[in-house]
Amino acid sequence: MSDTPREPRSGEPPATRSSAILAPGYTFTTLTDKLASIVLSRRTPKAWFFGAAVGFALTMVLLGALGYLLVKGIGIWGVNEPVGWGFEIVNFVWWIGIGHAGTLISAILLLLRQPWRSSINRFAEAMTIFAVACASLYPAFHTGRPWLDYWLLPYPNTMGMWPNFRSPLIWDVFAVSTYATVSLLFWYVGMIPDLATLRDRAKKLWARLLYGTLAMGWRGSARHWHRYETASLLLAGLATPLVVSVHTVVSFDFAAGIVPGWHATIFPPYFVAGAIYAGFAMVLTLAIPLRKMYGLEDFITLKHLDNMAKILLATGLIVGYGYMVEAFMAFYSGNPYERFMMWNRMHGPYKNMYWVLLFCNLVAPQALWFRQVRRSIPALFCMAMIVNVGMWLERYVIVVVSLSRDFLPSSWGMYKGTIFDWATFIGSIGLFIALLFLFIRLLPMISIFEMRAILPEAKVREAEE
Amino acid sequence: MSGAALYGLMAEFEDPTALVEAARAAREAGFTRLDAYSPFPIEAMAEALDIHDRKLPAVVLSGGLFGGLAAYALCYWCSVIDYPLNVGGKPFHSAPAFIVPTFETTILFAALAAVFGMLALNGLPMPYHPVFNAPRFALASRDRFFLCIEAKDPKFDHDETWAFLTKLGPRVVMDVEE
Amino acid sequence: MSDGRLNIAEVRTRLESLRGREYWRSLEELLETEDFREHLHREFRVPIESGVNRRELLTLMGASIALAGLTGCTRQPTERIYPYVKPPEEIVPGEPLQYATAHVHGGYARGIVVESYEGRPTKIEGNALHPGSLGGTDVFAQAFILNMYDPDRSQTLTERGEIRPWSAFLAAVKLALEKEHAGGGAGLCFLTETVTSPTLIRQIQGVQKNLPQAKWISWEPAGRDNVYEGALLAFGERVEPLPAFDKADVILSLEADFLGSGPAMPRAVRDFVSRRKADRMNRLYVVESTPTLTGAKADHRRPLTPAQIEDFAFAVAAAVGAIPSGPPADPFAAAVAADLKAHPGSGLVVAGESQPAALHALAHAINEALGNVGKTVVYTEPAAAGTLDQHAALQGLARDMRDGRVSTLVIVGGNPVFNAPADVDFAAAMKNVELRIHLGLYDDETSRLCHWHVAGAHSLETWSDARALDGTVTILQPLIAPLFNGKSAHEVLAAFSDHPERSGHDIVKDHWRGQLPGADFEAAWRRTLHDGLVESTAYPTKSVSVKSSPLSALSSRLQSEIRNPKSEIALTILFRPDPTVWDGAYANNGWLQELAKPLTKLTWDNAALIAPATAQRLGVETEDVVELAFEGRKVSAPVWVMPGQAEDCVTVHFGNGRTRGGKVANGKGFDAYALRTTSALWSGPGLRVAKTLRRLPLATTQHHWSMEGRALARAVTAEEYRRDPGAVAKMGEHPPGPEDTLYPKLPTGSYAWGLSIDLSACVGCNACVVACQSENNIPVVGKEEVARGRAMQWIRIDRYYKGGLENPETIHQPVTCMHCENAPCEVVCPVNATVHSAEGLNQMIYNRCVGTRYCSNNCPYKVRRFNFFLYSDFTTEILKMSRNPEVTVRSRGVMEKCSYCVQRINRARYAAEKENRPIRDGEIVTACQQACPAQAIVFGNIDDPESRVSKAKAEKRDYGLLVELGTRPRTTYLAQLTNPSPALPSVAAPGEEGHGA
Repeated sequence: MSDTPREPRSGEPPATRSSAILAPGYTFTTLTDKLASIVLSRRTPKAWFFGAAVGFALTMVLLGALGYLLVKGIGIWGVNEPVGWGFEIVNFVWWIGIGHAGTLISAILLLLRQPWRSSINRFAEAMTIFAVACASLYPAFHTGRPWLDYWLLPYPNTMGMWPNFRSPLIWDVFAVSTYATVSLLFWYVGMIPDLATLRDRAKKLWARLLYGTLAMGWRGSARHWHRYETASLLLAGLATPLVVSVHTVVSFDFAAGIVPGWHATIFPPYFVAGAIYAGFAMVLTLAIPLRKMYGLEDFITLKHLDNMAKILLATGLIVGYGYMVEAFMAFYSGNPYERFMMWNRMHGPYKNMYWVLLFCNLVAPQALWFRQVRRSIPALFCMAMIVNVGMWLERYVIVVVSLSRDFLPSSWGMYKGTIFDWATFIGSIGLFIALLFLFIRLLPMISIFEMRAILPEAKVREAEE
Repeated sequence: MSGAALYGLMAEFEDPTALVEAARAAREAGFTRLDAYSPFPIEAMAEALDIHDRKLPAVVLSGGLFGGLAAYALCYWCSVIDYPLNVGGKPFHSAPAFIVPTFETTILFAALAAVFGMLALNGLPMPYHPVFNAPRFALASRDRFFLCIEAKDPKFDHDETWAFLTKLGPRVVMDVEE
Repeated sequence: MSDGRLNIAEVRTRLESLRGREYWRSLEELLETEDFREHLHREFRVPIESGVNRRELLTLMGASIALAGLTGCTRQPTERIYPYVKPPEEIVPGEPLQYATAHVHGGYARGIVVESYEGRPTKIEGNALHPGSLGGTDVFAQAFILNMYDPDRSQTLTERGEIRPWSAFLAAVKLALEKEHAGGGAGLCFLTETVTSPTLIRQIQGVQKNLPQAKWISWEPAGRDNVYEGALLAFGERVEPLPAFDKADVILSLEADFLGSGPAMPRAVRDFVSRRKADRMNRLYVVESTPTLTGAKADHRRPLTPAQIEDFAFAVAAAVGAIPSGPPADPFAAAVAADLKAHPGSGLVVAGESQPAALHALAHAINEALGNVGKTVVYTEPAAAGTLDQHAALQGLARDMRDGRVSTLVIVGGNPVFNAPADVDFAAAMKNVELRIHLGLYDDETSRLCHWHVAGAHSLETWSDARALDGTVTILQPLIAPLFNGKSAHEVLAAFSDHPERSGHDIVKDHWRGQLPGADFEAAWRRTLHDGLVESTAYPTKSVSVKSSPLSALSSRLQSEIRNPKSEIALTILFRPDPTVWDGAYANNGWLQELAKPLTKLTWDNAALIAPATAQRLGVETEDVVELAFEGRKVSAPVWVMPGQAEDCVTVHFGNGRTRGGKVANGKGFDAYALRTTSALWSGPGLRVAKTLRRLPLATTQHHWSMEGRALARAVTAEEYRRDPGAVAKMGEHPPGPEDTLYPKLPTGSYAWGLSIDLSACVGCNACVVACQSENNIPVVGKEEVARGRAMQWIRIDRYYKGGLENPETIHQPVTCMHCENAPCEVVCPVNATVHSAEGLNQMIYNRCVGTRYCSNNCPYKVRRFNFFLYSDFTTEILKMSRNPEVTVRSRGVMEKCSYCVQRINRARYAAEKENRPIRDGEIVTACQQACPAQAIVFGNIDDPESRVSKAKAEKRDYGLLVELGTRPRTTYLAQLTNPSPALPSVAAPGEEGHGA
C-alpha cells in the first residue's frame, strides 16, 4: 500500500456517491495533512477574519450591556410585575437547548455506533460548550444582586444558611454546572490524540509548545488507546442520561411552578426533544457555512446533512406532539385557568407569536419529508434558521405569555423587551460566534483520528486467515 | 550507536493489519515487554497484545457512588439536621427534591473519575518518553504504525530481536535510546 | 407553665434537685417553660428538645454583639453632634410615643394619633376618641406627614425673593398697619381657606376690632357653599346637616360621595358599614354623574346628568309629598320614593357638595316630610366661620382689588392664584395690591406674585386648634420643632395684633385659658392634649323647619322648562377635587401622586373621564389627548373612558397641573382650574371636545377590569345569604382541607397569625394603601416605573366591574400577601430568602435575597414587589427622618412584600414577654387595619377561637382567594353583602362582562 489515493472499493463513480460519509480517495496521510493544515499551515480565509470581527464586535456590545446592568440594576430590562422573567430566561433556555445536539451527537450517536458522527462531533461539542457558556450568562446576571450569586452554592458561611434544595433554580445550578464540566472534559479528552498530531506536525515553536502541552505526551500506545476507548464509552454512557436530565431540570423551572402554562407534566420530554431539535438546527446553521468556508464538503457530506435533517424532522414531530398535548390537556383538565391560558395564547395579546412559532416549529419542517429539500443546501439552511427562530419564540411564549396573564386579572400586565434585552441577546450570539471562530482557528474542528478510523484502509483484515 | 542506553527496538509498519500481525507474532515469540503505537485505536490490538485492564470501570463506578451519596447526604444534613426550615410547608426531608442534585452530582463525579482515572492509569501527562527519540516516530500520530520491543524484556537481545523484527516485514527497524 | 406565670415553689424544688455547678440564666430556663424553649428555638434555632448549653449561647451572643458593632459603622454626620447628657424625659430610645392631634382637611379637623420616635413623627393613626375619625383615617390624613418632610418646602422668609429676618417682616406689617389705620383698615384684607380654628377666628376678629373696615374672606376650592346655600333656601338660615348613616335603613345619595371624601369621611364610612351586616342591612341608592366610591357601594346606582339628577330629585320629592308637585317619576324614582316612604324616620336623603343648592333644599324637604329630621339627620350651626358663600366673596375681593380698593392683602394659607376660578382671574387682580403677603408651606404660584412669602409651618409643627364638622374642637400640638423655622397662621396674625412676638403656643393656650372644663386649667389642658379633643365642644342641634314657598317655586320653574338631555349637542363638564391630591394642596406628595385613584386606578395624572358611549360618539379612546373648550377657555387633557360615567358628561379633576408645586407636582397632569368658573363651580353645560392627534400614555396599576368569571371578589345578596349561608362557598372550587396532605405537620408556634378582610365593609378608599406605605418605608417609583408595572405598594385595592360598561356593578378587593401556609413562593427561592415562621408568617429576608424574582412569578396573588432599581432614597437627609426605624429600608435588587407588620407583632411580643403574659387579642393592630375607616380588616391569632379574627373567619361568608390551588392562605375574605330592592331589577345583567383596556 502506498501514499497514493486508492480506488474506492465499490464500483460506482465517486461523484454520485452522495450516501458516503467521507469522500473517496483519502489516505491516512492526505486526510491528516488536510485537516491539520487548517490549523497549522493553510492561509486563514478572509471569511474567518470577517466572522471573528463580527463576533468580537458583538461581544463588546454584550460587555457594554452587562456593565450598564451592574451599574443601574435589573430595571434596565423589560421585566416587571407580573412578568418577572423575560428575555433572560427565554435566552437561557434557548442556548441550553442548542447545546444539547452536541452531546447527543458525540455521546448518544457514539453509543449507537453511528460512524457518520465522526466528522461533525468535534465542532458540535464545541458548540455545546459555547452555547452553555452563553446560557449560563443569563441566570448569572438576571438576579437583582448578581454579585451575590455564589449564595446559591452550598458552602459554609457566617449566615449559617444553606441553599434551598427544593428550588428548581438550585437544581439548575447542579445540572448546568455538571453539564458544562462534563462537556468540557469530554471535548478535551476527545481532542488529545489530535493535539498530539498537531504537536507532531507543527513547525512553529509556539504551536509545538502549545499543542505539546495540551497533548500531555500522548503517543498512541495500544494500552493507552485501550483505556482511552473505555473512558470514551463510559463518558458517552454518562453524558447520555446527563443531557436528558439537563433539559428536564430546565423544564422543572417551569413545571415545578404553579403558573398556568408552566405547570405541565409533558414538559420534561417535550423540552428535551425541543432542545435536540433546536440543537440540530444550530449544528446545520454552523456546518453549512463552515464546510463551504474551509472546503470540507468531503468530510461533511450530503449524507450528514441528510441525516441531520431527518433528526430535525423527527424531533420536530415530537415537539409538535408536545404542543398538541399542551392544548389538549388544557382543555381536558377542565381547569379554568389552564383553559384560559391556552385561549390566551391563541387569541390573547401575544397571539401572533404563538401562531408564528407553530408555523416555524410544526408546519415548516414538514418540508423535510422530501428528499429534494433535505439534499438542497440552501433549503436546509433556511429550514435551520426558521427552527432557530421558532424555538426562541416557543420559549418566549412559555415564559412571558404564561406570566403576563395568570390567576388574578387585576394583576395582568404586558411585557416588552427593552434595547438592553436585545443588546444582551445579540451580544451573547456575538460571544458564541467569537468563541466558535477562535476554536476553528486554533483547534481541529474535525476529529482527525476518528476520521482515520473510518478510512477503508483502517480495517484490520482478519477474515483472510 | 551512541553511548546512550538502549530503550528498545522499534519497527515501523505501513498499515494496521501488518502491525496487528507483527504484534501477535512478537508475543508468540515470547516477548512480554512490548507495545504498539498507532494513529487511531485498533480493536484487534487488545487481543493481539493481550491487554486486560478492567480498572477504569471500577474507578468510575466508585466515583459515581461517592458523588451520589455525598450529594444526598449534603441535602439531608443541610435541610434536616443543621438548619431545618419550614419552606412552603414541605417536609424537612423532601426526598424527591433531593434526587435531582444527587443525580447530577453522581454523573459529575463519575465523569471526573473516568477522565482523570484514564489519564492516571495511562500515566499522563508525561512530558518525556524515550519512544519519541525514534527518528520517524512523529508519524505515529499521522499514518505509520510502530511496534516497540523494550530492552528490559528478558528475551531481549539486540541482534536477535533486530533480526526477528526484520522478519515481520516492516518498512524499517530502528534503535530507540533512553 | 404555658400560661407563663412562675411558680416560686417549683423554682425551689428545681434548685434543690440541681447537682454540682449547673448554671441557669433565668427562672424560665430553670423551669424550662414553654415560652423559654420557644424563645431559644426562635432566636438560636436550637432544636426544642435539647436545651442550649452555656458555651453555645455565649458564642451566639458574642457573634450577635460583634455584628451589632458592625452595624454601627455608619458615617458620622458632618455637623457637631451632642450626646444626651440630660435625656429628655419620656423618651426611651427605640420606644415610640403617641401624641393626639388633628389633621385639618378642607378646614375641618379629624382626630389623629401620631407615632413619634426620638422626637421624629413617623406615622399617622386615627384617634378613636374623635367623633370625626373614630379611629379611622383617610388617605390625606395618612399621607400629609410626608409633606412635612418634603425637601421642596419653602425654607425661609423672603421679600421679593430676598431672605429677610422675622423682625423685618414685623416691621413691614407695622408700617402697613399704620397706613391702613387712616381708612379704618378698609384696604386691609385677609384671605384664608375655610377656617374652623376658634383661636384664629378670635385673632382675626381682634384685628377687625382695631380696624373695623378690615375684611376677611375665605376661599376653599372644594368648599361647602352649596350645602349652606341649600340650607338657606330651605330653612332661611345657614346650618350644617349632620347625617347619621348608622341610623338610616334607606339612604338616597344625590351624588353625595360621603364614603369617598368630605369633612367627616372616616366617621361616615364607619357609620355606614355598621349597617352592612347580614342581620341589619341598610339599602343605598345613588344617582350621580360621575362614578364615586359611594356609587360603587350602592345597591342601586344610576348614572344621570346633573339635569337628570335634578329631575330625579324633584320627582322623588313630589312622590314622597315633600313638594306639592313635580315631574313624573320614572320606575326607578318611584321605587326609591316608595322605599323611602316605607321607612319613615329611618330613611335619609343626602346631597353632595357638588350639587346645586336646590337639591340640598329638596333633600332637607324630603327628610322633613318623612320625619327623618332628628333621627337620621340633625342640624347644627356650621363649624366654619367667615364667609360661607365663598365664591361670591372671592369674586367681590377680586373686584375690589381690580378697582384698587385693596392696599394690603394677607393670604393666610391657600393658593388662590392657582385654585381660584378662572373667571375671577385672581392673579391679574392681585397685581393692583400694594402689599401682598403670603403664608404657605410652599413657594408656590401665589407666593411668586406676593411681596412677602412667609414659610409656613406644617400642622405637625405648630400649635393650633380646629373644629370637626360637628363642632368638636381639637387642640393641635406640634410633634417636632418647625423643620424650616416655619410660622403658623396664628403667629402671622399676631403680627397684626398688639403683641406681634407671641408664640403660637401662648396664643392658643391663652385662648383656651378659662374655657376648658374643670377647675385646674393645667390639668384640663394636659387632658385635652392627651385625649385630642376638648370635651363637649360639639354644637347643640338646632331645630329648623323647611319654608315650602321657595321650593314649590323651584319645582314649578323646573316643569315649565322641558329638558331632554339626549337632544343636547354640547357636553356637560363636571369639576371635582382630585381623589388623591385633592385641591392641589397634596400635589407634591409622592405617596398620593403614586396612589392608584379609586375606580380609575390612575396614578401621577388626571384625565378627562368620558362615558364609553360618549367616547365612541366622539371617536376618542383612553390616552387620546383632547382639547376641552369651555366658556372660551381651552385645556388639553388625556381621555379616560370611564365605565359608569353619565353620558354626555366629562369629569375633570382639579388639583393637578401645578407649575410651582415642587419637584413631584410640577408638570403632572393638567390644570382643570383653568376651565372652572364661578358660574360653573362644579358643573356646567356647553363643553366642546376636540380630538387632537397626540396621545399621552397614562400609568395605571390595573389594566384589566373583569373577573373573567372567576370567583375572586365574591358578592351575595343579604337575602340570599340568609336563605343559604353556604352560597358563598358554593361560588368557588372546593378547597383541599388541612388534612388533605401527605406531608407531616411541621412544628408550630404558640400563635397563628391570620387576617380577615370584609369586602362588605371595604369601600375602596385606599387609606390602608397609604398607611402601609408610611409604616413600611415603601418607596415611590414614579410614573414611568408604574407604567412598566413596577408599583411598589404592598397592599393594593383590586377593582372589578360586573355588568355592562354604561352602569357596571363595582367591587373592591384589597389584596396583600396571603401568608399561605403552603406558600408557592417559598419553595422556589433558591437561597431560602423567603421562609415560613412557626407562627405562620411568610417571611421575606431582604438581606438574604439575591433577586431571582422566581417567588414573584410563582405567587398566584402577585403581591410581591421587586426593587428593580435603587428606588429608596438613600441620599435626601430629611427623608431619613421620616422613616420608620423598625422597618428595613430596602435596597436595589431585593424582593419585598407585606409582612403582616411583623415589627408591630414583635413590639407586642416584647411587651407581653416583659409582663410575662400571652399577647392579648387586639393588641397587635396592623397598619392597614388601623387606618381602615370601615374596620374591614381584622388581624389576630386564629388559634384562639375567641379572637375577633377567628370569629370573623367563622362566618359562613368567609372564603379564601384561589384556595383551590392548595395554598391555604392565612388571609381570607368575607364576601360582600348587597341589599338590592326587590322592586328593582339587579343592575348587572349576568354574563355580560366588561373587558379590560
